[in-house]
Amino acid sequence: MQWLNILIQGSLLGGIYALFAIGLSLSFGIMRLVNIAHGDFIVLSGYVALVVVQGTGLDPFSSLLIVVPVMFIVGYVLQRGLLNQTLSGGLLPPLLVTFGISIIIQNGLLQGFGAYDHRLQEGPIETASLHLPGSIDIGVFPLLVFAVAILSIASLQFLFYRTGLGRAFRAVSDDAYTAELMGIDNRKLYALALGIAMVFTAIAGVLFGIRTIFDPAAGPIRLILAFEAVIIGGLGSLWGTLVGGIVLGIAQSVGAALDPTWQILAGHLAFLAILIVRPNGLFPRTRD
Amino acid sequence: MTLLRTQNLSAFYGDFQALFGIDVTVEQGETVAIIGANGAGKTTLLRSIAGALTTAPQSVLFDDAPIGDKTPHDIVRLGIAMVPEGRRLFQSLSVEENLMLGAHSGRAGPWSLKRVYELFPRLHELRHLPSTSLSGGQQQMAAVGRALMSNPRLLLCDELSLGLAPVIIRDIYQCLGAIIGEGTTVVLVEQDINRALDASTRFYCLQEGRLALTAPTKNFDRAALTAAYFGM
Repeated sequence: MQWLNILIQGSLLGGIYALFAIGLSLSFGIMRLVNIAHGDFIVLSGYVALVVVQGTGLDPFSSLLIVVPVMFIVGYVLQRGLLNQTLSGGLLPPLLVTFGISIIIQNGLLQGFGAYDHRLQEGPIETASLHLPGSIDIGVFPLLVFAVAILSIASLQFLFYRTGLGRAFRAVSDDAYTAELMGIDNRKLYALALGIAMVFTAIAGVLFGIRTIFDPAAGPIRLILAFEAVIIGGLGSLWGTLVGGIVLGIAQSVGAALDPTWQILAGHLAFLAILIVRPNGLFPRTRD
Repeated sequence: MTLLRTQNLSAFYGDFQALFGIDVTVEQGETVAIIGANGAGKTTLLRSIAGALTTAPQSVLFDDAPIGDKTPHDIVRLGIAMVPEGRRLFQSLSVEENLMLGAHSGRAGPWSLKRVYELFPRLHELRHLPSTSLSGGQQQMAAVGRALMSNPRLLLCDELSLGLAPVIIRDIYQCLGAIIGEGTTVVLVEQDINRALDASTRFYCLQEGRLALTAPTKNFDRAALTAAYFGM
């Protein structure tokens, strides 16, 4: 029973990792953009929510109504104004530019908010839990996060495979040159893609900020977790990303059960193990 | 009426100059073949017209408006569509999705999914399959259909016959006849000279990035073409 509990808690933990990873998975899948600042955008979303909560008195969930559009615009403008210019020169320029953005965000937050920890307070739901037989307790909030992760991926899956915009995204991902010849404005599409990626980054950032404390330097570890979830799941596969997050969450739970100091390490070890056995991840889709 | 005109068109890949002052005109409703040896600049000429290579604005005129500096997606909207060399269907899209993507620019006109399926009935049977599962000839039909979906006034075809069996090539060129019959102006790039000359009314022969010869496809001097083609 104890192991079943660990499995369940680990899977739920995987939900937040999957949410971390969706934005990264999208921007890599569509435009081969490796966004080093991704973790910092998650943290930035948390701070934007903090400002909204403090400024308007809204609760963190409702603050999403403002944080999501704000981050969409940030993504759209960033891609249109800056990152599009880096995409023609191979893999290195976007890496360097987003690395720079990462440093700017971290130091900007440090300047604006100080090095203290912050948290978003959502009230009783944070600690509420469901009691299941066999002395298994499921936290309502982790369950909610997990449901949001599944819903997010399902809605993206719908967007990609059932709409004209999704068709255009897949075409550009396959062959950007030919997509242009078919009348697609790649630059506009890329801007939309990063905007959409930022929507899920915003959701991840706010839920993460309710779940745990964050500070200006919290980004890079989120980036690593997101990377690991994307790579375990296989590049370009959204459901794979969810599975990757769950694998990571379960590995961490198992590690923590063996020895609390092993939690993070166990996740990284699981990542390395999968990288050795299946270098392309579990469900690879993207071809290069 | 002149639909397309290039004047003193030069095109570059970085520092490398691929075209040197090309003057080509294409009249409305005409079918023009561009022929030449490997590396003569045929594909570069098509790419310059389609906007995939940026040139001086005035060096490509469509409907008397300068388009040399426009992006490919703007040019599709104006009514120029390209069937790229090697077909380049989108691998993760089904056949029908590939065709629908061709209509992305939203231009009105005679071509629709229904009309493309009438032209290529085989594609209708295969419409839900991934484009990668098609044979070379079927892929070429899908690539032509995809270009038609944008309802172009000018259709650029780059090496329709590339890698296909002669009987398939014949089928595709028959369909091209129907497309031309619809009033679409066509520019054909081919290495298969006889095929290109049969299908067209006029030809240009390129040689090392320069125009070597132009003539109607009826009653021209074969020896002059040989000389222009091989540079002898």
